[in-house]
Amino acid sequence: MSLTALERLDRRWIFLAVGLLVLGPLLRPLGLPLGTSAPVRQFHDTIAGIPDGSLVLVSCDFDPGGKPELVPMTKTALRQLWEKRCRLVITCLWVGGPGLVGETLESVADEFRAKGRPLEYGKDYVYLGFKAGYEAVMVLMGKGIAGAYPQDQRGNLVSTLPLMRNVRDYSSFVLLVSISAGYPGTKEWVQQVNLRFGLPMVSGCTAVSAPEYYPYLQSGQLSGLLGGMAGAAEYEKIRGEKGTATQGMDAQSLAHAFIALCIVAGNLVQWRKRRAAQS
Amino acid sequence: MKRELPLFLTAVIGLFMLLSFFVPHHLASVPANYLQQCAVIVVAFGYVLGGANALRVNLEGVAKRQLDWPYKLVLVVALVATVVVGLVDGRRWQDAGTTSMFLYNQLYSPMQATMFALLAFFIASAAFRAFRVRTVEAGLLAAAALIVMLGRVPVGDAITGWLPEPVRMSALQEWIMNVPQNAAKRAILMGAAMGVMATGLRVILGIERSYLGGTD
Repeated sequence: MSLTALERLDRRWIFLAVGLLVLGPLLRPLGLPLGTSAPVRQFHDTIAGIPDGSLVLVSCDFDPGGKPELVPMTKTALRQLWEKRCRLVITCLWVGGPGLVGETLESVADEFRAKGRPLEYGKDYVYLGFKAGYEAVMVLMGKGIAGAYPQDQRGNLVSTLPLMRNVRDYSSFVLLVSISAGYPGTKEWVQQVNLRFGLPMVSGCTAVSAPEYYPYLQSGQLSGLLGGMAGAAEYEKIRGEKGTATQGMDAQSLAHAFIALCIVAGNLVQWRKRRAAQS
Repeated sequence: MKRELPLFLTAVIGLFMLLSFFVPHHLASVPANYLQQCAVIVVAFGYVLGGANALRVNLEGVAKRQLDWPYKLVLVVALVATVVVGLVDGRRWQDAGTTSMFLYNQLYSPMQATMFALLAFFIASAAFRAFRVRTVEAGLLAAAALIVMLGRVPVGDAITGWLPEPVRMSALQEWIMNVPQNAAKRAILMGAAMGVMATGLRVILGIERSYLGGTD
């Protein structure tokens, strides 16, 4: 295709190309080799390093917009935590998230039940659900979880649940796993909880917000970081799983390569136009 | 009094909350906890206010047949229907099998996912038409973008797999993320934190009054 033809290219051809490049590998995976990065290994190793049966706080701060990136990493993290027989308290600070988070939680719990490990609600895990208030909720939880969440997502009184009898405030947990799509999310958990209450934390986030959290990773405030679907796929690789993030990596690879090609081609066209104008 | 009282309350509560952070005594922590609980309740009311405001603005748009009024009508109908369905479902509205969860799973969730999925198409189109390298800075930005974009996914290493490991796409993107990106982000974070502190002080001291509305 000549540069003149590229200049007049209808953008619907670009849309078609993106559609095919995403759809193709989803239907017929290419199996491109996937490496693992240090932040992802740190995330995995931090969870692997906590004592079995520990109390862990998992904050799933996302809604369906972040589903392809964040649900796979949430599922893998839940699997790793439950394999270590950790007891989980799960929260959600995004108004559109509780349904999706609840569904994700139960689907992983059902996997364990199907394998003959009956996870009992209220004993092995508690889903506190959504609470409005952003950072105020985080700070309030530091003064007492039951004070911030008198009832769980199912309407049970938190004080009546066996697991919650051992939970007072952040000092009851050994780790915070923050799965975050933006505000409120990892940044606010670092600023309001990690520093103030000394709770170690790891984060899984969307690719677009990962660069924002790198300073926290470098300073040690975050003990590990999963960035977007790539981070989730690497995490699945470390864990030996083949989830939806791994399946999506080929499609994402080709889409990224195509966008890179678009940048180069677009600039070639402009460069030619400028040269033609100068001569 | 209409302006002085809010300013006074802001100053007193702001200073008290600052104090409670440094003073662990129960005389400070108990009222501070109460105020934080009040903040949570106020935010919850914000959702009601936001819903009512969306309803008012869009109903007005429909009544006056403003531009794109049919979309406003769809919004109003969807908003009212969701609230009514939620009220009918009652306290167990988030249980599996309820109409609310059907709406959430079959409408809200796929529509939001669709909005984000569309970004891939528009980003590709914008990359072709708008990402112009006209200066050295823009060139550096484009080079960094290409390396990070390709280095984050397996195709990057597939292209540069023949090179020594430290200069492969994944290693280069990790360096960009850890060194120049981190330095810039750290500077932005520190600057923003200073700005937040300065704004907080201005609000407490009554210098910043824009949150009260009006012009002065």
